[in-house]
Amino acid sequence: MSATAVETTGADSHAHGHHYTTTGLDNRKIAIWAFIGSECMLFVSLISTYLIYKGKSRVGPYPHEAWTDPATGEKFGAILNIPVTSFSTFVLLMSSLAMVLAHNAVMNRRVKRTTFMERLEGNSFFWLVSTAVLGLVFLMCQAYEFTSFVNEGLGLTTNLFSSSFYVLTGFHGAHVTAGVLWLATLAAIDKKRGLREDEALTVDLCALYWHFVDVVWIVIFVLLYLIK
Amino acid sequence: MATTVAPPTYAPAATTTSYSGEKTGVWSWITTTDHKRIGVLYLFTSLFFFIFGGLEAAVIRAQLAAPNQTLVSAELYNQLFTMHGTTMVFLAIMPLSAAFFNFLIPLQIGARDVAFPRLNAFSYWVYLLGGIFITLPIFAGLAPNGGWFGYAPITTMAYNPGLNIDFWVLGLQILGISSLAAGFNFITTIINMRAPGMHLMRMPMFTWMSFVVQFLVVLAFPVITVALVFLQFDRFFGTNFYTLTAGADPLLWQHLFWIFGHPEVYILILPAFGLVSEVLPTFSRKPLFGYAVMVYSGILIGFLGFGVWAHHMFSVGMGPIADTVFSLTTMLIAIPTGVKIFNWMSTMWGGKLTFTTAMCFSVGLVAMFTIGGLSGVTHASPPTDLQQTDTYYVVAHFHYVLFGGSIMGIFAGIYHYFPKMFGKMMNETLGKWHFWINMIGMNLTFGPMHLSGLLGMPRRIYTYDANQGWDLFNMMSSIGTVIIIIATLIFIYNFFASLKSGPRAGRDPWGASTLEWSIPSPPPEYNFAVLPTVTSRYPLWDVTDGHDLSREHHEGHEVRDDRVPTSRELGIPMPANTFKPVMTAIGLVVMLGGMTLKHVNDYAFYAVVGGGAAMLVVSLYAWLTSPLEEAH
Repeated sequence: MSATAVETTGADSHAHGHHYTTTGLDNRKIAIWAFIGSECMLFVSLISTYLIYKGKSRVGPYPHEAWTDPATGEKFGAILNIPVTSFSTFVLLMSSLAMVLAHNAVMNRRVKRTTFMERLEGNSFFWLVSTAVLGLVFLMCQAYEFTSFVNEGLGLTTNLFSSSFYVLTGFHGAHVTAGVLWLATLAAIDKKRGLREDEALTVDLCALYWHFVDVVWIVIFVLLYLIK
Repeated sequence: MATTVAPPTYAPAATTTSYSGEKTGVWSWITTTDHKRIGVLYLFTSLFFFIFGGLEAAVIRAQLAAPNQTLVSAELYNQLFTMHGTTMVFLAIMPLSAAFFNFLIPLQIGARDVAFPRLNAFSYWVYLLGGIFITLPIFAGLAPNGGWFGYAPITTMAYNPGLNIDFWVLGLQILGISSLAAGFNFITTIINMRAPGMHLMRMPMFTWMSFVVQFLVVLAFPVITVALVFLQFDRFFGTNFYTLTAGADPLLWQHLFWIFGHPEVYILILPAFGLVSEVLPTFSRKPLFGYAVMVYSGILIGFLGFGVWAHHMFSVGMGPIADTVFSLTTMLIAIPTGVKIFNWMSTMWGGKLTFTTAMCFSVGLVAMFTIGGLSGVTHASPPTDLQQTDTYYVVAHFHYVLFGGSIMGIFAGIYHYFPKMFGKMMNETLGKWHFWINMIGMNLTFGPMHLSGLLGMPRRIYTYDANQGWDLFNMMSSIGTVIIIIATLIFIYNFFASLKSGPRAGRDPWGASTLEWSIPSPPPEYNFAVLPTVTSRYPLWDVTDGHDLSREHHEGHEVRDDRVPTSRELGIPMPANTFKPVMTAIGLVVMLGGMTLKHVNDYAFYAVVGGGAAMLVVSLYAWLTSPLEEAH
């Protein structure tokens, strides 16, 4: 793009490749907030449905109580595995920390870093990959959780609890997956040519999305797992 | 404000350097990222669907013209009324509004394009392909047949096992993605692309109402997305969201749908409100009465719109508390709406009125919407509503607000902005004929429905026995439909004849006041050679400092109507044409649409959905990694 005569009118400047904006913010920053607002309504609808259907299932297994099938006499334990999910929740929270550090590293390229720890702090590739890997660990925990639930007799179609549980947490998992792909893409770009300081916003957008998905999980963890 | 306004001018305009002339050929339209071209594409596509949905209504009225007719079967009748509603809401009125969002918002706020030009192209192509996807099945007798609000559990596999509902579920998901993408785009555009001095409280009313609508879109559509996902999972994978035998709540769908559905009503009407708020001041030669209150009432309508959904559900027995609360909120929302009506009337009061066709349609909206609004208030009372639910009285009500409101407002917009879009004037004589015949036709069609409804005629019945007191009213409605068709044919003729050989329009043929009228008609690709600096709500009426916005100079190039410089000459970087958003849209629609194959053949399902997903991902990466603008 050529910076031309238009530059001379201050408001219309194309210098440094930036278009004039009313707020001074990048368009993408506003769009991602609008997107997150929209996503809130998506998860509110999913979570509300789960809560409306809580305790309404006609047959087990149930999330927090044991259940004996009156037809066969088969016994089922409480389904939710709090320790495993507490671990995966911790992993996801830590991924947000790594995300912040990745953004910080890209944002402060000019800081002089000499010691190992300082260089580690400035290693955006490391933090981007760490975030993605922690996200992957969370997804693996979810895969383990789903598999073990199915083995314990809770299929997608078993009862209202299973349908609303799998679709809600599955939607969240799909969001984490999209985030991992986004992070992997940023990491690949960083590896290939290095993300520049003036591209920090690109990482910031991903970070906003990632933190949002993280916050949604905290809500889900409290409402589904911790409150009986 | 200037006291004298120049009469319409018909200065010759150069077409070679307008947005439609600079690049030519079908391919340049397919790959376009110009908001004006995308607006025009929206306009033509949605007018086509408007006529298609009208023909569906015509068949319905032919079937109902007399008792015990057998023109169509009960099943086909179900498909017709479902597709009439779905087409008019999602494929006609919403995208007709989108045509104006696209064309007008950047011009009104003094921007060169929308915030994300390629996302904008993506929205259009998803809409077009989704519209085709949901419309085509009617030719195979497989069209959706569960009504436009598709109540589950009647739309679940147990009661409706055909492909019909699958087309509806997936079609609406596709169209929802188009609307959401456009919503993010326009929110960002309006917040962030306003010209210097274009404060929020200086924005033209159409932009304001569109702004409110975008928030409704991004907050309401996710809710129906979730409701549809549940329905799709129930139908495809046997989940239990709407399975009553598993303990499901029979009202879950109704709540989720109407939490979306009522804001949707305002998504349909607010853009039309915005358009008449541009037309009425122009032809009253007065500023809009109570500008700030108009803004606040629009915001309040949008806000309250999320708190009234259960008035669609009074007959399901929610209990006295819920009924009372939703009755009250519904009556409350009549206040900001009434404020708008009074402000429009006050705008005209004492003004120097010119009754152009656009003005006629605007006054028509004020009158017809008031009738629809008043019958709407009668629904706010649960005891009354119980008598009216699912009768033709309701059909009369929402056609007065949608046809008498939204469509009248959109026609006003088309007549008003046609000169700006195409650089030609529409024929005013034919326009008046269109208006009056349309006015008579709509009142003859929808007026008697109040009476047949109050006499107990249920909606959505495919025929009825004679001598129930409905025969005359049904015949009147059907004759009215013929009159609407005649009016619409006049409009179509006028539209295309004017497009071909209408007289040239100058920059501001109506003596209007907002920024879009300061640039040539049709506008150049870059809209504004120099981004304007705005100092008032009516920049073209308030030119007091000797700076004439309509005669700007740019680096020695004078922007005159007979010689509009190109973006290349001015060195203004514009978004490059690109096929990538189209590819992404095709991938998305193949992926989602292909899911209908689940009930046909598993291998085909995986192949098509997988293929679509791959295309989506590859095109998306190609899109995001390529720069927006071509190098000059």
